[in-house]
Amino acid sequence: MGRGAATTYAEDLSRSDCIVIQGSNMAENHPVAFRWVIEARRRGATVISIDPRFTRTSAMANIYAPIRPGADIAFLGGLISYVIENDLYFRDYVVNYTNAATIINEDFEDTEDLDGIFSGIFEFEGDPINGFEYEYETDTWQYEGFPTTRAGRQADTEEAGEAGGNDNGDEDDENGSDAEAGEYQEDAPDGPPYDDLIEYIRPDGMPTEDETLEHERSVFQIIRRHFSRYTPEMVERITGCPRDKFLEVAEALTSNSGPDRTSAFCYAVAWTQHTKGVQMIGCAALLQMLLGNIGRPGGGIVALRGHATIQGSTDVPTLYHSIHGYMDHPSALKPHESIKNYLVNDAQPTGYWANMPKFLVSYMKSMYGDNATEDNDFGWDWHPKITGDFSHMASMVRMARGEIEGFFCMGQNPATSLNGRFERAAMRNLKWLVVKDLFETESAAFWYAAPEVQNGEISPEEIDTEVFFIPSAAVGEMDGSFTNTQRWVQWHEKSADPPGDCRSDEWFTHQLALRLKRMYEDSDDPHDEGFKALLWDFDYDEGEYPEDTRIQGIPDTEKILKEINGYWTDDPATHLTGFDELQDDGSTTCASWIYCGVFPHPDENKTRNREADPVGTRGSHQGWGFSWPANRRILYNRASADPDGNPWSEEKRWIWWDEDDERWVGYDVPDFDDEKHPDTPADPEGIGTDAHSGSDPFIMMADGKGWLYTPSGMVDGPLPTHYEAAEAPIRNPLYSQDKNPITKYWRTEGNELIQHGDENYPYVVTTYRLTEHHLSGVMTRWLPWLTELQPEMFIELSEELAQMKGIQNTGWVRVTTPRGSIRVKALVTRRLQPMVVDNQIVHTVGMPFHWGYMGVVTGEAANDLTAMVGDPNVAIHEAKAFMCNIEADDD
Amino acid sequence: MAEPMGFFTDVSVCIGCKACEVACKQWNQLPANNGGVVELTGNSYDNTGTLDGTTWRHVRFVEDFDDRSQGRWLMFSDVCKHCVHAGCLEVCPTGAIFRTEFDTVVIQADICNGCRACIPACPFDVIDINPVNNTAMKCTLCYDRMQAGMIPACAQACPTESIKFGPVAELREESEVRLAELQRQGVSDASIYGREDMLGGLNAFFLIIGPPEWYGLPKEPQLPSSRSLNGEGILGAISAVVAVVLGAISFRNLGPLRRKEAAERNQAHEDSQSQVEGSV
Repeated sequence: MGRGAATTYAEDLSRSDCIVIQGSNMAENHPVAFRWVIEARRRGATVISIDPRFTRTSAMANIYAPIRPGADIAFLGGLISYVIENDLYFRDYVVNYTNAATIINEDFEDTEDLDGIFSGIFEFEGDPINGFEYEYETDTWQYEGFPTTRAGRQADTEEAGEAGGNDNGDEDDENGSDAEAGEYQEDAPDGPPYDDLIEYIRPDGMPTEDETLEHERSVFQIIRRHFSRYTPEMVERITGCPRDKFLEVAEALTSNSGPDRTSAFCYAVAWTQHTKGVQMIGCAALLQMLLGNIGRPGGGIVALRGHATIQGSTDVPTLYHSIHGYMDHPSALKPHESIKNYLVNDAQPTGYWANMPKFLVSYMKSMYGDNATEDNDFGWDWHPKITGDFSHMASMVRMARGEIEGFFCMGQNPATSLNGRFERAAMRNLKWLVVKDLFETESAAFWYAAPEVQNGEISPEEIDTEVFFIPSAAVGEMDGSFTNTQRWVQWHEKSADPPGDCRSDEWFTHQLALRLKRMYEDSDDPHDEGFKALLWDFDYDEGEYPEDTRIQGIPDTEKILKEINGYWTDDPATHLTGFDELQDDGSTTCASWIYCGVFPHPDENKTRNREADPVGTRGSHQGWGFSWPANRRILYNRASADPDGNPWSEEKRWIWWDEDDERWVGYDVPDFDDEKHPDTPADPEGIGTDAHSGSDPFIMMADGKGWLYTPSGMVDGPLPTHYEAAEAPIRNPLYSQDKNPITKYWRTEGNELIQHGDENYPYVVTTYRLTEHHLSGVMTRWLPWLTELQPEMFIELSEELAQMKGIQNTGWVRVTTPRGSIRVKALVTRRLQPMVVDNQIVHTVGMPFHWGYMGVVTGEAANDLTAMVGDPNVAIHEAKAFMCNIEADDD
Repeated sequence: MAEPMGFFTDVSVCIGCKACEVACKQWNQLPANNGGVVELTGNSYDNTGTLDGTTWRHVRFVEDFDDRSQGRWLMFSDVCKHCVHAGCLEVCPTGAIFRTEFDTVVIQADICNGCRACIPACPFDVIDINPVNNTAMKCTLCYDRMQAGMIPACAQACPTESIKFGPVAELREESEVRLAELQRQGVSDASIYGREDMLGGLNAFFLIIGPPEWYGLPKEPQLPSSRSLNGEGILGAISAVVAVVLGAISFRNLGPLRRKEAAERNQAHEDSQSQVEGSV
C-alpha cells in the first residue's frame, strides 16, 4: 500500500463493524488502545480473536477461533478463497483501487505451477553472514510492459536479456548479489535538478489492465488460482481450527464489509516473529483490499506498535537497512556510487516517490549542512554504505565470530532476547560493552550472573569484556517526542531531573558525538572526513539553557525536531511547512521528509498540540499532536469515496470531492492531491502522481493501486503462501516445498534447528507477553507492585498434556530445545487445547518471555530456547512457532 | 450530605489488566505483598489472591471452560462495597469507621486501634490489618481525591471503563441499561449484584456474569446486627468476641477454599483477642 505504518488510528476502531485480532493479544499488550475495541463491541460490532491460546483478548471477543501457531497464512488464505469463490469481494473497489485487473508478465510461474516456489529462484552466492540459501530474481514477477524495478526498466531499455547476470534489482535486497547497472546508469542525466533523471527512468506507458478481471494472467485470476486449494477443509487440516468456526469468522467478516460496513484487522509481533511474517501481514492486506476495507473509517490494518516509540524508531530509524523516511540505506553492494546512481536504482518515476531526489538531497543537507554542496555530490562519499546484513541476528553471529570489538546496548537486552545462551557467548568475545538502562540488566550482568557462569561452566575471570553500565533517565525525566502506534508524534515534558548520574539517551548520544568530533578534529585520515563534516548543532543557544535542571550538557531537543522537520538553508529561522516545499538543489534541509510539517514555525511545535475533537463528533483530532504524513489520520483515504468522489455510503463518509469548491474535503487531511478532480485521467507519460488518475488512492505506489500482488518489494514472493515454520509438527500439506525457501538462518554451533519428525521435540511452543510485564522485564521485574501480580516464570499447558506428562499445576517443568533448557513452573489450564492437525494430535504450550536472572523477581528465560532463524524481509526471529520437549521436573 | 457516590464495576468489559490494583497501591502507597516476591498461585492469572489490608482492589479470574466451545474467561475487579448498611461501621467500637458526605465508608487510621472487630463483621471479607501500621484498612473510595474533585485512582486508570465512578443513582440507571443490552445479546446469566435490596444497596456494585459464588460474593450477605441478639451499640471487647463467632457463620456459605481462609483468619482473630481485651 506504500507506507510502513498502521493505516488508521485506534479510536477509528470504534467505527468498525467487525474487528479481527490475529497475531496480537491486544487486550493484554495494548490495553489503552483496546478501549476502542470495547467501544465498538458496545455499539454492536463483532470482535473476533484468532489465537493459539484463549487470551484476555479472546475473553472480550464474540468469536474465538483457535489456531495452530504459524498457520496464519493458511487461515487468511482460506478467507481470501472464500471471498473470491463466493463473489463476496467489493468489486468496484477492487477493480478501481487495486491492481486486480493488471496483467502480469507471461513468464511468471506461481507456487501452484512449481509446487510451492515461484519462478526466479536461484542458489544464493553472497556472503553467508546474510543467512540465505536461496534468493529470487524478480523480473518474471513484473507487470507486463511496466517494470517496477530498476533492473526491469533497464532490461526494457536495453531490450530484455542484455542486462545480464544475476541482476535481480530488488529494492530490499541487501544480500550481496546485485549486479552493476552499467551503461544504463551512466547514460542517465545527472542533477540537480533531477527531473530529467526521473524522466529517463520512467517506463513507457502504463500497466496493461483487464477490468473484467477475466484475463488469465490478471492479478485477480492469479490470486484465485493461487488460493484455490485453501478450502475450509484445508484450513481445518493445516490450522486445526474447526471448519465451522472458520466459516463463522468468514461469515462475520464478509457480512460486515462493503459500502455500508467496514472491518478492521489488528496485529502485532505474533505476525512478525515468523520465517514468513511479512507475508502474513501482506496476506491480511490482500484480504482487506478485496473487501474494500482500506482507507475507510472503521477499516484498515492496525499494526500495533507504540511500545517505546517503536513507530518513531523506524520513521527516524535505528534500522540498519533504511535511512530516514523509509529510503534504502546506501549500500556498497548496489549501484549506489553517487546520488545519481542511487536515484537511478532506487527512485520510482511514477507515484509520489518520484520526489525522492528532494527527500534524499534534503536528507544529505541535514547530515552535512553547509559542507554538503552540489560540487561534492552533497557529501555522498562521506555517507556510510552498508556491506550486508547488519540486523540483530547477523550482528550477533559476527560478534560470535569475534568480528566485533565493541557494542553499545541501549533499549534492548540481548542476553535474554533470543537464543540467549548463544548471544551471551557472543558478548564474551567483545572487548567492551556499554549498557545504558534503567536497571542493571541481564546484558550488563551477563559476565557474573548468567546461568552458565552461575553453574560454573564459565568463570568471570575468563571473560575479557570490559562492561560499562550507564544509568538511564526515565521518560518523565527528559523532554522529547514519542511516536505512537497510530503515527502520532506527541511531545512530553520533563517533570523532574533524573536521580544521581542517570542521563537521557539524548544527553548521552549528544555528549558522545561532541567528544568524537573533538577526537577526529585534527585527523588527516580520509576515513574520518565524514565525521568531521557531520553537522552537529544541538547545543542550546546562549541564554536559552533551561534553569530547572542541575544537569549540564543536555541538547536542545527542539533543535533535533527542527532538523527532522527541515528549514530553508539560506534562512534557518524559516521552517518548512510541508514536504511539498522540499527541493533537490540543497536549498532545503530535512532529516525525515515524512515528518516535514511537524514543526512548521519556530513557535509552533505541533507535537505539543492537545486539542481533541468534542465527544460524539465525527472528526480526526487534527488539533492533537501531529500524525505523519501531513497530519493525515486515515491513510489512503481517497478510497473512502467512490471513483466519482462521492462517499460509498453516508455511514462511512470520510473525505469526498466537493464540486462547488473543486477540492477534496472531509473529516481528515486528504491523502491525495486535494485539487485533483476524480475524473482526471492518468497521463501515460507523466511522472510522479501525474501518472495516476483522479481515482488512484495509493499515491506512493508506481501505479497508484493497492497491490494485491507485489511485483517488487518482497524477497520471498509476490504472493503470501503457506509454509510450515522452520520447526513444525507436520509437513506442509499444500506443497512439497515445506518451508519458506527464502529464510534467514545461521548454520552455526549453538543454533541447531529441530528437524521434522524428531520425536525428542514433539510440542509446539509459542512465546508472548503479559499485561503485567514489559519485554524482557527490565522495566517491570524491578517494581514490586508489578512483580506481585506475575511473580514467577511459567509455562501454560492444557490439562490433557499435563496429565499425559504427569505435570501438576505449579509443579516444575523442564523445557528443552537444542539451543537450551530451562526450568519453569506449570500453569495448567483449559484455555489451551490439543488440536487435530493433519490427522494427528498437536499439543501447543506457551511461555511469556519476561523473565531473566536480574531484578526483584527472577526466572529462567524463554529466549534461551529460541533460534536465530527468521523472516527474510525484515530479519526478525521466529519466536511465535517452534518445537520443544517438556518433562515434569519436581524436586 | 452530597450526592451518594460509588462504583459500578462491569465484569463484561473487564480485561483483567490489573491497572486498578496498581493505581490503587500507587496512590495509597500500599506495599506489595512480601516486597513483590511471592509464589505463583496457579489460580489462573491471579497472584494477589484476595482483598486485604494492603490490596484494596483485587482482580479475580474465573475460567469457565467445561465446554471449550463456549469457553469464558471472566475477570472481576473486587473492591469494598461501601454498603448503605455497613457491618464494619456497626461494630467499630472506636468510631474510626464513619460514613462520609459522599455516602461512602472510610476507616480513619489515626483513630483505629486495630481491634479487628470490623474484619469478621464485613460479609464480603474486604477488611484486614495493614501490617505496616497495624490498623484495619480497606478502600476509601479515594476519599482524599474525591474531596479534591478527582476521580478515584482505579477508575481513572481503567482503560475500558469497566470501573465507572459517579453518582450512585446515575450508575444504577446505567447498569440496568447495560444489563438489558447484555441479555439482548444472549448473556442470560448476567446480573446486577448489590441493588438496593442488598444491605440497603451497595454503593460499589457490580455487573457479574454467572453466579456470585464464582467471585467469592455471598448470595445473601448478612449484617452483624441481623445475626446478633444484642443489636447495636455493643462495646469493643464484646463486639470483638461476638464478631469472631459471627465471622465463622458468615463464611459458612462459601466454598471450601474460602472456608479454609476463614478458619485461618478466625485463628488469627483468636490470637489477637487477648491483646484487644488487654487494651480495654
